[in-house]
Amino acid sequence: MKVVKLSDLAKTIRSKNAGTDKITFDIIFREKGNYELVKKSGAISKGKIARLYGIEENRISDFVEFDPAYAIKYTIYREKPSGSPGDADIFGSQQYPPLLDVEIQVND
Amino acid sequence: MTSKSLRFICPNGHLGFAPSKRESFDIGAKTKPDFYCCDSGSSDIGPGPLGGDYSASPYEWQKHDLEMMLVAARNQGAPMIIGSAGDTGTRSRVDLYVQTIKDLARKHKMAPFKLAYFYSDVPKEYLKNKFDQGEAIEGLDGRQNLTLEELEQTNRIVAVAGIHPYIKALEMGADVIIGGRSSDIAIFAAPAIKAGFPEGLSYYMGKTLECASFCAEPYGAKESIIGEVTAEDVKVTAMSPYQRCTVASVAGHAMYERSNPYFEYVAGGMIDMTNCHYEQYDEKTCRVTGPVFVPVEGKTKVKLEGSSKVGERFVGIAGVRDPYTIKHIDTVLDWAREQVKERFGEEGYELYYNVYGKNGVMGNMEPLKESNCHELCIVCQGVAQTREMAEEVTMTGTRQIFYARLPEVKGTAGTAAFSFDEVLPASAAYRWTINHTVSVDDPMELFDLHLIDIKEEAS
Repeated sequence: MKVVKLSDLAKTIRSKNAGTDKITFDIIFREKGNYELVKKSGAISKGKIARLYGIEENRISDFVEFDPAYAIKYTIYREKPSGSPGDADIFGSQQYPPLLDVEIQVND
Repeated sequence: MTSKSLRFICPNGHLGFAPSKRESFDIGAKTKPDFYCCDSGSSDIGPGPLGGDYSASPYEWQKHDLEMMLVAARNQGAPMIIGSAGDTGTRSRVDLYVQTIKDLARKHKMAPFKLAYFYSDVPKEYLKNKFDQGEAIEGLDGRQNLTLEELEQTNRIVAVAGIHPYIKALEMGADVIIGGRSSDIAIFAAPAIKAGFPEGLSYYMGKTLECASFCAEPYGAKESIIGEVTAEDVKVTAMSPYQRCTVASVAGHAMYERSNPYFEYVAGGMIDMTNCHYEQYDEKTCRVTGPVFVPVEGKTKVKLEGSSKVGERFVGIAGVRDPYTIKHIDTVLDWAREQVKERFGEEGYELYYNVYGKNGVMGNMEPLKESNCHELCIVCQGVAQTREMAEEVTMTGTRQIFYARLPEVKGTAGTAAFSFDEVLPASAAYRWTINHTVSVDDPMELFDLHLIDIKEEAS
């Protein structure tokens, strides 16, 4: 077994507004192999995401494994609507970086 | 269906937000698409433009794209459809685009054509009447139903149009349509559905085309895309020489900016993409089959957007280099907050700090709790009912970072660095108060549609 980072396996890791009240996260893989590997590793789940971001699980509105695009996708409710005074990420586009270093167990 | 297929060109995912790229548009226009469509709106820009009724994009960029599309569409004699005029799709933005079309027609000495436009603004009285009739304005995305108090605080409300006003405008013979706030999908789906193509495929095509080249790879924004709908499938083709529409890029786009990749809601129903099948049709084209449209049961629900002014706003910026102060920055900011409280009390203003170098971008969701930075940038926002008070709140909140007293700090002559000793006026602060739906008997009751003749006038 060895450990690799999610950023070494995924083609795209991004976050973006989904409407005014939610931010959605996409982890997209180029090959089916890496997609299945990450799916099976259990490293990306509702519980793991909630712990990573320090939020309650009920802030995650959707969690989907989207086979046609080899993608794992989840969506969270914002603390307050986008662009409210004090909101630092009006597009929700810089909330993904903690995912880059998520560790995935891989068989040698 | 009068023809076997309809082809749509889309040059930009948000007309005006950044100028469209000319080369790929010209390549697409040469193939004579049946419709020129582009959405010009977004809620991504925050609640300010809707609440304050201004565009988020420079007028020159909006005009650039409208001119590019109008000249090509009128030369060819193909209809042109613009949704969500001027970012927000409010009445003033629709009027702005209508005037621009008139100006451009005159500038280019265009042959007469018919221009349709509609307003999406919703008067508060309309919603109050709904309350009086005991109807709920249902919250979306986990929101509670709308309260009368929230409604009264809201400055401006728009309804998000589905296909209905667009189909009506096309039936009236419009050559160019300028829409108020709309679903970006509807501007593509409406002509296809009107022509008799299956609703599932028509809506799906809109879903794929609405962000233009975001459904192609490699990444490249503001490049044209052409979508073709038939009775059996949708084909999407990248026009830019360096881009392709692939299974990965098109399937990947189905989930972009949406909380769920399988379902998309529009006025009148839901697009179910669970059984979509994607295949590479040719080098630059992806073919999609299988989307299904599920009509709403009962009344049509139309989405509403509303924004409320929170107050006037100023911004202050402070830098910190002292390592002890950086380590205790939360204590420093609590101290500054206390100074504001001493002056203004607990209520009647809002004060925010974004601490760059610590958790300025992610706030409470930042997993790295300790900063390793040797310097911090602190952005302070003060919001209050008057500009004078907002300025003073922000000035106090920023300058007191300089005066914060920590027991062991060595630098007793000031704990912050300022590149200018002032606070800066910012746009007023707004918040989204309405992300709800209203049930209607007739979707057209929310949209005020007009048709005018554009004739060459002596200037």
